[in-house]
Order: sequence, then C-alpha cells, then structure tokens
Amino acid sequence: MSTPLTALGRLRALTARRRGVRWTLALARWAAMLVITFTGLLAITFFIGRKIPIDPVLAILGDRASASAYAAARLELGLDKPLIEQFIIYVRDVLHGHLGMSLLTANPVIDDIRRVFPATLELATLSIIVGVAIGVPLGVIAAVRHNRWIDHVARVVGLIGSSVPVFWLALMGLLLFYARLHWVSGPGRIDPVYDGMVDTKTGSLLVDSLIAGEWDVFANAFSHIVLPAGILAFYSIAYLSRMTRSFMLDQLSQEYVTTARAKGLSERRVIWRHAFGNIAVPLLTVIALAYSYLLEGSVLTEIVFAWPGIGSYLTGALLNADMNAVLGSTLVIGATFITLNLLTDALYRVFDPRAR
Amino acid sequence: MSLPTDDSTQDWSMKPTPRQWKAWLLTDTPASRRQAALGRAYRRWRQFSRNPLSLFGLAILLLLIAVAAFGPMLVSEDPLRQVLAERLMPPGTATHWFGTDQLGRDILSRLVHGARLTLSIAILVVVLVVPVGLLIGTTSGFCGGFVDTVLMRLTDVALAFPKIVLALAFAAALGPGVLNAVIAISITAWPPYARLARAETLRLVQADFIHVARLQGASPARILLRYIVPLCSSSVLVRATIDMAGIILAVAGLGFLGLGAQPPSPEWGYMVASGRNVLLDAWWVATIPGLAILFVSLAFNLLGDGLRDVFDPRHGG
Repeated sequence: MSTPLTALGRLRALTARRRGVRWTLALARWAAMLVITFTGLLAITFFIGRKIPIDPVLAILGDRASASAYAAARLELGLDKPLIEQFIIYVRDVLHGHLGMSLLTANPVIDDIRRVFPATLELATLSIIVGVAIGVPLGVIAAVRHNRWIDHVARVVGLIGSSVPVFWLALMGLLLFYARLHWVSGPGRIDPVYDGMVDTKTGSLLVDSLIAGEWDVFANAFSHIVLPAGILAFYSIAYLSRMTRSFMLDQLSQEYVTTARAKGLSERRVIWRHAFGNIAVPLLTVIALAYSYLLEGSVLTEIVFAWPGIGSYLTGALLNADMNAVLGSTLVIGATFITLNLLTDALYRVFDPRAR
Repeated sequence: MSLPTDDSTQDWSMKPTPRQWKAWLLTDTPASRRQAALGRAYRRWRQFSRNPLSLFGLAILLLLIAVAAFGPMLVSEDPLRQVLAERLMPPGTATHWFGTDQLGRDILSRLVHGARLTLSIAILVVVLVVPVGLLIGTTSGFCGGFVDTVLMRLTDVALAFPKIVLALAFAAALGPGVLNAVIAISITAWPPYARLARAETLRLVQADFIHVARLQGASPARILLRYIVPLCSSSVLVRATIDMAGIILAVAGLGFLGLGAQPPSPEWGYMVASGRNVLLDAWWVATIPGLAILFVSLAFNLLGDGLRDVFDPRHGG
C-alpha cells in the first residue's frame, strides 16, 4: 500500500522522533550533570563546615561553654544524627535559602548576600561589556594582521593579563589614577554624600541613578566604578583577545576563506561575515566563561577598592572565622559559576552541530 | 642530504670540534640509543632557542633559582631585622637598594628570602598535583567503561567549581599557613591534568607497541606505568610549567589576604598587602614585591609557551 511518498513521510517522522529522543537524552544528561555538580559543591561546603578543625559547636558557644550547653547546642545543630542525614538536612536548608546566621553582622547570611551581591554583579557586568567591546575586535585584528605590530600588542596584553597579580594591579591603579592624577574617585562605591539618594530598583547604582534622572549620582558612581571595572576588564581583554585570535587564525587558514576571497568578496565581508560568523558560538561560550572568571576575580579586586560586594563580604568573614558567611558566599559564587559553566556547555551543544 | 659522519666523531681519543659534535648530534642514523636521545634533545633546544621570548623566560627562571639557592648567602641583611630608625627609606640608597618597609626591614633581603618560599610552594603544589592528575587520567583512559565514566564525571564536576573561591574556603577552614595554602590550591588544581592525561592515554592505547606489550604478557599495571605514563609526562609537564604562573598568582593572592605564609615571613603576596597601608607615602613597599610576582609568573608563561611549541606543535600558532 505504501506509496513512495508516504514512505518518505514515515522516514521523516522517524528521524524527527529520533532527533526528539536524542534531544531529550541530551537534556536529561545535562540536567543530571547540573544536579551532580551542585551536589558536589554542597558536599564540599558541608564537609568544610562540619569536618574541618573548627568544631561548629565551639565556633558558636566559644570554648568556655559548659558540658550541658555543649550537648544542647550539639543536639540543636543536629550533630548527633548520622552524617548522611545531616547532609540531607543541610541540602534542604540551602534549597530553602537558610544559610545560617552571620556571626559578624548578626543577620541571616542570605540577607547579607542579597544586599551585597548586586554590587559585585554591577562591577563584573560593566567589566565584561568593556572586555568584549575591546578584546574581541583586538583578537580579530591581531589574527588578520598576523605577526604585525597589532598582533604583538595583543600578545603582550594576553601575556601580561595572565601574569600580573590582580590585587597588585589594582593598587597600582589606585596609586596612579587616584592618588597622583586625580582622574577617578577613590575606594568605595559612591561618595557618602550621595549614599541612599536613589531608590534601589535594579541594584545597579548606575542604572538606578539613570532611572531616577539623578545625573550627579550617576557621575559620582561612575567615577568610582571606572577604575575597578577597568582593572577587571583588562583581564577579560587579555583572555578574550587571546581566544578570539586563536579561533580566527584557525578559520582564516581554511579553504573556504580562500574560496570566498577568490570569488571576489570584500575583505571585510570575508573576515566578519564568513570567518567571524563561524567562531560566534565558541566565542559566546568563552565570553560566558570570562564572566564567571570575573565573578571570582572580583573577590581580590573588591578588597583593594573597598567595594561593598560579595568579595569584600567573603574576605571579611574569612578573617573572622565566620564560617556560615564564608560557606554561604562560596555557595552563591559557586552556584553562579557552575550555572554559567554548564549553560555555556549546553549552548555550545545546541548551536554547534559538530558537538552534537 | 645526509650529514657527514666521518670517523673522527666516533674516535674518542681525539677531541671532537664543535662542528663534529653538531654533526654527531644531528645525524639521521644514530648509532646508539643515547645518541638518538641526545640528538632529539639538541633539536628541541635549537627550536626552543629560536624564540627570544622563551629564552628570556628561561633566563628569569634560572636567575630566580640561583637567587633562591644562593641569594640568602649573598645578602648580608637579615630579612626580619627591624631598624625603626630606617623606616620607609626609598630605593636607591647605598645600604638598601630597594628601600625599607614600615618596620625598617630591608626589602631586597626580604625579596631574596621570599624567592625561596615562592618557588618551593609552587613546586610543592605541582609535585602534589601532577601525580594525582596523571594517575586519575591514565587510569581513566586505560580502563575505559565504568571506571572512565565515574572518574571523568568527577573531573567534570571538579572543573566546574570556582577555583580561587574554593581555595579561599579551604584555607579559611584549615587555618592560615603555608602548608594549608598549598593543600587548598592543590585540591582545586588537579582536574586539568586528569583531562590531559586521559586524552593522551586514549591516543596511545591504540598504538601497536602497546598491543605488542600486551601480547608479550605485560600486566596492565606495567603497561600503564612503563609505557603510558612516561609518554604522557612531556605534555603534562608543559602544562605544569604554564600552570606554575597561575599557582604563583594564587599563592600570592592567599598571602595578600593573610591566608598564606604568616607574618613576619617574607612572602611576596603578604609583602604587597603590608605595603598597602603606606601606599601613598611609600609606593615602593607594595610595588617592588608585586613586580617580582609579575616577572616570575611572566617567566613561567613564556617558558611554558616555548616548551609547548617544541613538544606539542599541534597547538602552535
């Protein structure tokens, strides 16, 4: 009965279904990876919190607590239960946003993080925007002008970017641009005079002040953020230009580029439409990675600039053995990092047919 | 073109000229295993030394090693001796070339003693991490199947973690100190080595000489340790050289936060941190140790890039 047409139709349906199955499988795999990685992160923070030298009970009560108070606190923390049960309780707490109380600020850690995280995000986001705007074109031009002076510039930037300690560069920036040249404002996010002048809507002072139309506040906030963001952006520029350059060199040596040139296409079209079009997907994943590195790099930068973000919060807690705050911040930064990492991975698989 | 293999190169009673040495090293028909190995090493050196930047990196590192080994004997000043009358002296004075810090300690002497600390920490991390990565990676690639899946998922999970933040958390929990900083960094540094070793192993396992060894009755452990691990090591070591730069930055970062070597030890990251408070009055206290970190880290990057070009031409360009 089957005419060729319906056979073809059936074949199409079959491949479509197969593709559907493959997609579902890939998605399930990805979700499993996400769950496993998060569990791993939780296991590490749990392990650090419970098993490493500082006794959690003594950390709360101090070492002069009576035996009965000690036992009561132990019971309250659930430390008498089997380890696996403790872990399950811990995971449940984290999923409900219970990260414990901070010893230093006496607030719930989750509230503290909610307060400080936007400052870090603002810094990292501005840095990545600058990093992409300069790093990607630099990488492309360096590849096109291979072994010319611009290529050497890109190489030197890349080398220094992977060799210079961020905290030192930040100090040098402060010394030069703030103390000597007075081009920018000093440490902090905004001058105290302007503090609290605009309502918090997005958490980004720049955006909030623009929404409120407060130009003075915007200008002040900008003069504070421009140096730390510039320092962090330098690292993104170094990383992104290096990756872009190597991706582009790879593409430009391929035959389709020669073909496109032989067809008489303009050089601009060959480079930006053909070659650059082909590196867009890996580039996007590299940019996401660069963003997650920035979240990490901001920890050391924030201290130097007294930037009230999660990095300052984390290190303040570190030095005062405020473990709930340390582990809470580690979890939040880790979760953001992992999500970005795995999203990047998924993105790559969706858009690059070779990776399927 | 066949190279001249005149008899005099084989005749050890006569002292060979440099030209004959070169011919002996570059011959296409080595007479012994040793000659072949030496010849290969010489060719690699010729390729490596063609890149001035890599040579520059190598020179800085040799200088660093010399300073770490002999420097403390050459600088007379005690790195811990405080002379409060000579606080914050600028660089360039006759007795203190690099100036003094806020406690009147000689910065040059502290730098020199700190070189030993920095170098030994970086080497310690690599010594801890490389064998672990090699073991996990080669086992994973060699065994395949279930073992491979488990080990590689574990590696993927570890790779997805934020390194510096986790090292901070570990260092905070373990308490400050050099050894704890080493442990904290090592815990987060092994996954890339496992990945690399696995990839190399997968490439090697299919080779004929491995099949031959297996047919001759070599045990899996013997194949792994005698055949696969040695062949993986060159790419792993290249990777380790480049990684040294990152490790040194991480060590300095922990030191800067006060989680690494403890005062008054002359660790470079801690020296930068202590110069922070006097930055506006005495720029050199923070600047000079930072420059030292930058140069050493740069040197490892340059050397690593040069070695990679020599050992792994696939990634050149």
